[in-house]
Amino acid sequence: MSNCKHNKIISADTTWKETTEGGTICSPGNATDFPTGDWRSMKPIWLQEKCKQCLLCYPVCPDTAILVNEEGKRVDFNYDHCKGCGVCYKVCPFEAIDFVEEGK
Amino acid sequence: MAIRDRLSGNEAVATAMKQINPDVVAAFPITPSTEIPQYFSTFVANGSVNTEFVAVESEHSAMSACVGAQAAGARAMTATSANGLALMWEVLYIAASLKLPIVMACVNRALSGPINIHNDHTDSMGARDSGWIQLYCEDNQEAYDNMVMAVRIAEHKNVMLPVMVCFDGFITSHSLENIELMEDDVVKKFIGEYNPGHYLLDRENPISVGPLDLQGYYFEHKRQQAESMRNAKKVIQEVSEEFAQISGRQYGFLEAYRMEDAEVAAVILNSTAGTAKFVVDKLRESGVKAGLIKPRVFRPFPVDEIADALKNCKAVAVMDKADSFNAAGGPLFTEITSALHVKGVYNVMTVNYIYGLGGRDVNVGDIEKVYNDLTNIAGQGRIESVYNYLGVRE
Repeated sequence: MSNCKHNKIISADTTWKETTEGGTICSPGNATDFPTGDWRSMKPIWLQEKCKQCLLCYPVCPDTAILVNEEGKRVDFNYDHCKGCGVCYKVCPFEAIDFVEEGK
Repeated sequence: MAIRDRLSGNEAVATAMKQINPDVVAAFPITPSTEIPQYFSTFVANGSVNTEFVAVESEHSAMSACVGAQAAGARAMTATSANGLALMWEVLYIAASLKLPIVMACVNRALSGPINIHNDHTDSMGARDSGWIQLYCEDNQEAYDNMVMAVRIAEHKNVMLPVMVCFDGFITSHSLENIELMEDDVVKKFIGEYNPGHYLLDRENPISVGPLDLQGYYFEHKRQQAESMRNAKKVIQEVSEEFAQISGRQYGFLEAYRMEDAEVAAVILNSTAGTAKFVVDKLRESGVKAGLIKPRVFRPFPVDEIADALKNCKAVAVMDKADSFNAAGGPLFTEITSALHVKGVYNVMTVNYIYGLGGRDVNVGDIEKVYNDLTNIAGQGRIESVYNYLGVRE
C-alpha cells in the first residue's frame, strides 16, 4: 500500500509498516529536516569583523549552510547542514572565513 | 468466445503482451527470448498496440528503462534469457526494492560458462533472491496464462512487486502448440488500468524515488519488501481463482498430478513435468503408486502447500535443472527439504537429481530411472545417494 499518501517525514522512529516503498520521498524539499552537519570534520568560522558582505561565499555553498537575511546580508553558518567542504573558505577574498578542525 | 490458435511459446507470450498493451516495452535480443520483442516490435509497427518500444543497447539498460518507466507511472514489460538476465542483475534488485510491478518473460537458458544457448534453469534460479515473484510454466498455454495473471499479481496494492514468468527455452519457447487465447477485451477487462499510488509524473504530488537509504532506514524498507512477498501468496490465489472464471483453467501454487495415494513422487519445474506425467501414467498402469508435483510458484515459496502435498509419500525425488555448487543439492531441493523440516514432515525420504544442464535431453527412460530409484528407496527404507546427477556421462 502506498504510504506516500500520508505525506509525512520518515524519521529514525518510523516502523517498517509506516515507511514508504523503497524509501520514496513524498514531501519534496525535506532535506532541511535532516541535519547532516555531523558528517563534518573541518569547520568554517565566519569572522564577522573582516566580512565585507561581498556575498561571493553564498552562491558557492553546495548546501544551504550560508543564508542571506532580508537585508541581503549573510548571517552565520547553518551548522546543521554545513558539511565542511571548505569552498567558501577558498573563495573568500578577505580572509573573513577561517577553516578549523571540528571539535577543537 | 475463446480463440484456438497454434503458437510457439514466445509467440503466445508476445500475444499476451499485445493484449495487455503496456505503456513501455524496453528489450534487448538474446536467444531464446529474442522472438518476444521481435514479435512485439511488429505489433508496434502495425499499430496494434500503442506501446513505446525502447530498443536499448543492453539488458542492463532494458531493466533500467523499465524501472524508469514504471516509476514514472507506466506499465512496463520486457523479456530476456540467461546472460541477459545476468546483466540485469543489479537492476532486478532495484526494481523489487522500489516496489515496481514490472512483468518480465524469462525464457530459461543455461547461464555461461561454458557458453551454451539451450535450456536449463540456472538463469532464473540465480535470480531467486532478487525479490521478484517467479512463476514457472510447463507449456505454451501456461506461459500465456501466467503472463496475463502476472500483471494483476504484480500490481495488486498489497504486493507491488515485479514478476518473472519463466518457461523453457526452445522446448517451450520455440515449439508450436495448439492453445486457447482469450478475447482482447476479456484480457483488457481482466487486467484493468494501472493505478499506482504515487508516480514521478504526478505533478500535483511530486516525489523522489531511490534516495540513499543508510543504517537507520534500509532495514525497514527490506522488511516491508519481505511482507509484500508474503502478501503475494493470497493475491496469487485470488487472481488465479478469478482467472479460472474467465478462462476455465485452474492454477494453484503447484500442480499435484496423481498424488492422492502416491507413495513415490518427483518434484519438477517446467517442461520436464510433461515428460514425467507420461511416466507417471505408465507406472500407474503397472501398479506403482507414482505421482508428480509441479510447482508453479517458486517465489513466494509455497512452504505449506509443498509440505502438505508430499507428507504422505515414502520417497521423493526433487529434480533441479540448475546446480547450486554448494555441495549440498540444487535450489529446489534445499528449499523443499527445508519446507518439510519446518513443517515437521520427517519421514519422507528425499533425494536430489541435477538433470538436463545446458539443454541435455531428458527422456522417458531418464525419468523412469528416477522413479525406479524411488521405488527401491521406499522398499529398502534407506537412501544410498542423496545427491545425484541424471544423464551425465560417468
